[in-house]
Amino acid sequence: MPVNDTYRPKIVAFCCNWCSYAGADLAGTNRLQYPAEVKIVRVPCSCRVNPIFILRAYQRGADGVILCGCHPGDCHYTKGNYFTRRRMTLLFSMLDYLGIEKERTRVEWVSAAEGNRFAHVMQDFVSTVSKLGPNKRLEDLRCKTK
Amino acid sequence: MQDEMKAKAIEMLSSGAVRRVVGWRKGDFDYDVTPAFFESVEDLQAHFVYNDFCGPNLSKYMVKVSRMEGKSLVFLKPCDTYSFNQLLDEHRIKRDQVYIVGIPCGGMIDCYKALRKSGGDVLAMSSDGTTVKVKTLTGEMSYPKNDVIEERCLCCKGGKHMVYDELIGEEGTLNPDSNRFRGVKMVEKKSPEERFAFWRGELSRCIRCNACRDVCPACTCELCVFNNDASGAATKAPVNSFEENMYHIIRAFHVAGRCTDCGECSRVCPERIPLHLINRKFIKDYDELYGSYQAGESSEGVSPLFTYKESDPDPSIVLKKGGSDNA
Repeated sequence: MPVNDTYRPKIVAFCCNWCSYAGADLAGTNRLQYPAEVKIVRVPCSCRVNPIFILRAYQRGADGVILCGCHPGDCHYTKGNYFTRRRMTLLFSMLDYLGIEKERTRVEWVSAAEGNRFAHVMQDFVSTVSKLGPNKRLEDLRCKTK
Repeated sequence: MQDEMKAKAIEMLSSGAVRRVVGWRKGDFDYDVTPAFFESVEDLQAHFVYNDFCGPNLSKYMVKVSRMEGKSLVFLKPCDTYSFNQLLDEHRIKRDQVYIVGIPCGGMIDCYKALRKSGGDVLAMSSDGTTVKVKTLTGEMSYPKNDVIEERCLCCKGGKHMVYDELIGEEGTLNPDSNRFRGVKMVEKKSPEERFAFWRGELSRCIRCNACRDVCPACTCELCVFNNDASGAATKAPVNSFEENMYHIIRAFHVAGRCTDCGECSRVCPERIPLHLINRKFIKDYDELYGSYQAGESSEGVSPLFTYKESDPDPSIVLKKGGSDNA
């Protein structure tokens, strides 16, 4: 089978400007590899991510959405990620309740010094989503590109 | 009860203590009752009604009414007072412009249930508090009231008013064993595939009439995210499963922590989607994870989504818990 025909998931990663985005940068400067399926969206704080963003990512064809922020207690804005934590717990639980695979959505805390962790987290998430296959339960066929 | 309320309303309106009364107006039939303003004694005399069909929660009207000139009298059932308190908490109502008369409630009748039970073609419907008589083209039927009562009334929070200036009737008590999460637990027990199929069956009926949003006392934004043309989900019928899911997840999420579980969303849904199951899921989750919280219990409550604890669990708890195995 040609390589191009293997399924490669589309992953959207929301990364907070102060920790995780810097962590991704560090992974890059250290020449650490993480899967190219991951598309990073920089946000000022993980708390900026509205549940609609996550649903919209799915609508536009994402197979998995990961949200990365500073470790709880280290937020640049003191308490943003604490709110993220509660919100996302409720949102993920709701997605599960509606029968949408709960493994597709994830929150990870990655600090600016954890380039290595960033690469690991992304590798792990991509392999999880690859196993799940294409996102069928929360897709919008009108917005799908090939 | 209706006479007592009418007398109170007439007394306050004619003495000039209030400029208007917010209550329920008679329709052509016993069962078609609408929320209404009464500004004259004659109107009150002729059209004011309070019976087992007065489901509508009048709290949300007070957002606009409390900004009108002069004081207004409003009749609130016990579970409506939660919504009123929640709106006070959010500074949406001018408290000193409203005179609340708390009234008892014996459970409200779900006309749709009665309609379905009797097979349609309803000519008249009446209730004496214990039995409901339905007259149809084919004959007359009577049902025990509890068989045709609204879902929210089957797990009533209790007859205690959270806020009032005056009570008509006895002060009620809370009902701690309402068992209101039994519906949520039933859905949680299903496998993810079954849950997906269940919600497809329910949500695919949605016609996006927005009635659930418009009636919700927690949805009081002047501009709603669903009216934003750029959102791609602006007021229009959902075209596919994604839009149905998105609308209902976001609608419920926006009121999570502020939803008093008044059940208005399910009451007005013309497609009979059990929307309260979505709202209650959020309530059940934060009750379990962050400690029990009842929105609207006081006018100074802090929603679990507006606060945090350093010891909160990580979102990965959802992966461990899972909907299917925690029931």
